[in-house]
Amino acid sequence: MSKHHVSTVINGEPMEFLCEAQQTLLDCLRDEMGLTGSKEGCGSGDCGACTVICDGKLVCSCLMLGVEAEGRTITTVEGVAQGDKLHPVQQKFLEHAALQCGFCTPGFIVAAKALLDENKNPTEEETRYWLAGNLCRCTGYDKIIRAVLDAAAVMRGENPPSPAA
Amino acid sequence: MPRVNYQAPTTVDDAVKLLAGASGIAKILSGGTDLLVQLKSGRLKPDLIIDTKRIPGLIGIREEGDAWVIGAATPGVMLSEHKQLEHAFPGVVEGVDLIGSMQIQGRCSLAGNLCNASPAADSVPPLITAGGIAIVAGPNGRREVPVEKIVTGPGQTSLAKGEFVVEFRLPKPKQRQSDAYLRFIPRTEMDIAVVGCAVNVTLDAGGTCTDARVCLGAVAPTQVIVDDAAKALIGHKLDDATLQSLDAAAQRACKPINDKRGTIEYRTKVAGVLARRTAAIAFDRAASRA
Repeated sequence: MSKHHVSTVINGEPMEFLCEAQQTLLDCLRDEMGLTGSKEGCGSGDCGACTVICDGKLVCSCLMLGVEAEGRTITTVEGVAQGDKLHPVQQKFLEHAALQCGFCTPGFIVAAKALLDENKNPTEEETRYWLAGNLCRCTGYDKIIRAVLDAAAVMRGENPPSPAA
Repeated sequence: MPRVNYQAPTTVDDAVKLLAGASGIAKILSGGTDLLVQLKSGRLKPDLIIDTKRIPGLIGIREEGDAWVIGAATPGVMLSEHKQLEHAFPGVVEGVDLIGSMQIQGRCSLAGNLCNASPAADSVPPLITAGGIAIVAGPNGRREVPVEKIVTGPGQTSLAKGEFVVEFRLPKPKQRQSDAYLRFIPRTEMDIAVVGCAVNVTLDAGGTCTDARVCLGAVAPTQVIVDDAAKALIGHKLDDATLQSLDAAAQRACKPINDKRGTIEYRTKVAGVLARRTAAIAFDRAASRA
């Protein structure tokens, strides 16, 4: 069975890779391109650790085949920061300590970025529903939600006080 | 995952040829949110996966005469973002919107939700009450199939070898016609329906129901069209007596299973309650669509 040749744009860079049909996009990102930021938690679309943005839509990269990425534009967690400058969501995750083991964090960051790209002023309820497809088993969700709402405020040009160190 | 072949045809005819000509098991890939899970678990071992998303029209929403046409592989998020479609069929969009997380919404499709043939599929009851027609392509050309004729049992459909759903046609609602869908789950997100209920009603200027369709999900091996529930509504306003006969008719139609999400008694009672609540929303919406 010959491999498929896939041309795609990942984090703004044109990328090409070879894969077998049954390899998921997550497998291809991690094993073929060395982009190991996206994680495999459940492998069945329940936990959101593998979340990427494909043509503007949030998807689980574990439930998409690598071959399906042909001609698509993908953003992974590696593409969220601008060089050394962290995205406000990343900065606020640090300030709020919105992570412990960190395994779910890339998925949360990507999902939260997609939310704020679409909705500059989400309510807490909207934020919680949007992130319902991302599971965290150690931080608890409150700090994550605070971090995202604070990042939204920063992106609107407001200056929320940083949480006490 | 086990090895598999992958093809992404760009015409319906090519897809049919691939499906019909496959020597082993061939599966259609729309959003893959069920298919890939089944592949990984080993429940399904197809030899060929046919990705339909490169076929023009398979993703998209358009008006065609007196109908809305939705491409079979259109992701849920595109339906939720379509304001005109949401105005025409708020219940259908509610059903789709309840499928999984935002990540799943980025991929999940109407055809996948239907052809995966789960009794608990959230988009199916409102598609049925909307009078939705599935356009099925196959080796003998195209045929139009009412959505309720596709699923024949859990995991089973009436599609023949070589056939797949290309698009859905939903007749535009008439004046004072609207719909609603509610599902009950033990939490607020990310679970499978204990009961789902869709109601589509048409009212006269005085608020009396002139036409109705009621469909329940997750209470039988397939979705159930409840004719007695529709009869309970037609000719009536939504007063207490009507709600009571609707509730009773919905309960009588249930043949549920006992499982971890609910007992037979519980599902049956919830079906009646959901039918009342869903009807109330559908009546309100219909009254406002003057």
